[in-house]
Amino acid sequence: MRITATAEFMLEPAFDPNKDAGSSRDAIGLGQAAGTGLNTRHGTILTLEDISVSFDGFKALNNLNLYIGVGELRCIIGPNGAGKTTMMDVITGKTRPSEGQAWFGETLDLQQMSEVQIAQSGIGRKFQKPTVFEALSVFENLELAQKTDKSVWASLRARLTGEQRDRIAEVLETIRLSTSARRPAGLLSHGQKQFLEIGMLLVQDPQLLLLDEPVAGMTDAETEFTAELFKSLAGKHSLMVVEHDMGFVGSIADHVTVLHQGSVLAQGSLAQVQADERVIEVYLGR
Amino acid sequence: MNQPLLLTATQKAGPAVTATVGGLVLLVLLALPLLSLLPADSPFQVSAYTLTLTGKILCYAIVALALDLVWGYAGLLSLGHGLFFALGGYAMGMYLMRQASGDELPAFMTFLSWTELPWYWTGTEHFWWAMCLVVLAPGLLALVFGFFAFRSRIKGVYFSIMTQALTFAGMLLFFRNETGFGGNNGFTNFRSILGFGITEPGTRAALFFATVMLLVASLFLGWRLARSKFGRVLTALRDAENRLMFCGYDPRGFKLFVWVLSAVLCGLAGALYVPQVGIINPGEMSPTNSIEAAVWVALGGRGTLIGPLLGAGVVNGMKSWFTVAFPEYWLFFLGALFIVVTLYLPKGVIGLLKKRGEQ
Ligand SMILES: Nc1ncnc2c1ncn2[C@@H]1O[C@H](COP(=O)(O)OP(=O)(O)OP(=O)(O)O)[C@@H](O)[C@H]1O
Ligand SMILES: [Mg+2]
Repeated sequence: MRITATAEFMLEPAFDPNKDAGSSRDAIGLGQAAGTGLNTRHGTILTLEDISVSFDGFKALNNLNLYIGVGELRCIIGPNGAGKTTMMDVITGKTRPSEGQAWFGETLDLQQMSEVQIAQSGIGRKFQKPTVFEALSVFENLELAQKTDKSVWASLRARLTGEQRDRIAEVLETIRLSTSARRPAGLLSHGQKQFLEIGMLLVQDPQLLLLDEPVAGMTDAETEFTAELFKSLAGKHSLMVVEHDMGFVGSIADHVTVLHQGSVLAQGSLAQVQADERVIEVYLGR
Repeated sequence: MNQPLLLTATQKAGPAVTATVGGLVLLVLLALPLLSLLPADSPFQVSAYTLTLTGKILCYAIVALALDLVWGYAGLLSLGHGLFFALGGYAMGMYLMRQASGDELPAFMTFLSWTELPWYWTGTEHFWWAMCLVVLAPGLLALVFGFFAFRSRIKGVYFSIMTQALTFAGMLLFFRNETGFGGNNGFTNFRSILGFGITEPGTRAALFFATVMLLVASLFLGWRLARSKFGRVLTALRDAENRLMFCGYDPRGFKLFVWVLSAVLCGLAGALYVPQVGIINPGEMSPTNSIEAAVWVALGGRGTLIGPLLGAGVVNGMKSWFTVAFPEYWLFFLGALFIVVTLYLPKGVIGLLKKRGEQ
């Protein structure tokens, strides 16, 4: 059975619901911030315990333990090849771990679910390489991603309601692509594709967002804007952001996890982990 | 500044032109069977040969459209659609054979000195049951094949090779006399359908008319699908299947639906082909036939609905001329055509026309 999270792994605000009540975004209704159907009684939306993944004997993840609290915005950093993308693959069901447990909320065992079920249960993901539906227009990309019945029959008869149109228009505004709504997504710039993919996550309205290097290829202004956007999302959603851009990480995260050779090397505030001897060694010794 | 204006102008002109041309073609196709009924000495009389040839090409056009739904939209290149076409044709052929032999066994069975019908021939003397088989045989085969292929996430070249192997296996099976479908001679010497003589001008005209109707219906269905959210999901599936799964769509159901639909359309086309052409044999399942269908779609322009129809028309028109003028060079020509299209016309003839329109 599943082991209860210990304080060592848990980050304070998420771990102790009453500590910062009313004062920080982490206090926003633990367990209530999560949508219906997801049991997050203990304030943890994602639990990874002793996860190991090996590719032909090479351990990409090695006894990884990680807990994400409800409404938290967590940054994951680490050198190239540390296993960050592989961890997201495990969470979304793309890669199956050889050992360990992965839980979404208290009750959903991610290892028993298919990729589609995981996505439907409320985990959204942005890929490291921006992936959008290139032949479809920006608007249609958002239309497909939008939270709705996604079965074959529903798709055959689907008509957008006014409410859904408004929501898409709103997100288009947010990601600043309103004027490109009718353009094929394949014609967008790299940065615009990043924004479109983020927009697709927004309309999907997942409880947990996994973002793999979201600001790669963005200008400084765009990066700053993205930081604001993510901060506004935290609280209502839980976010896990993988990023190499330390400036960006510093501007959004209270808590940072450093991954190295497939396991957690250090956790804490950005200043704390940057002062950590082992972290310095890993980054300089690269 | 000019660009957007021009673009919207052609976008507006595009459908208008298509509608006019399409309407004219439809008028001609509807007039053909009527003209074929004129007395032989009339200058407007359309010969049985022309009518049959056109009817045959229309059946192929339906196959092209069906293949385009799976290849052009969902990105599944099937090199085995000839199998579904042939299965529909054989189902219809069974009924026609029973019509021809009356209470006796079909001629090829007596020839094999069989004394009773194999169980799977039961009920084929009824037209309605034969029609059910026309839909069920290709539909169920596609369902089972697709279920396992899509569940195992077979795609790309592997999928194409498997479909090719499937039609090849089908051909070998139907070549055997013991299979009970007339071996390598297949079915021929049909006499009547629903009590009407199969070679009577009226019957021919009616079959031709039915083919035009099926083509129009398939086109309408394809158009509705392409414009629905379902069609957009298929396009998304073709371009980024992973992204689609992480958006919460299960690609298997979408693939299976369009795959089975496509197979059934092929079956129906095959069922109309056989009484018009008067023969069905395992040659229809040969791998080259299925590859040829892919050439029609590629030449016309995949992912468009009109393109494949155009492609089927052009290639088959050329083929009937070629096989009279230089029969031995047809396959070389077909191969060369495929290479040229792949290299220079990635969007097919329709892509070329669209570009012209925009300039
Ligand atoms: N499918 C695979 N087969 C074999 N090895 C793999 C596979 N996927 C990842 N790896 C290996 O696992 C290790 C971790 O890869 P991963 O992509 O998770 O790193 P990352 O932390 O995301 O790096 P980056 O910062 O460069 O994106 C790498 O050494 C990589 O080569
Ligand atoms: Mg990575």
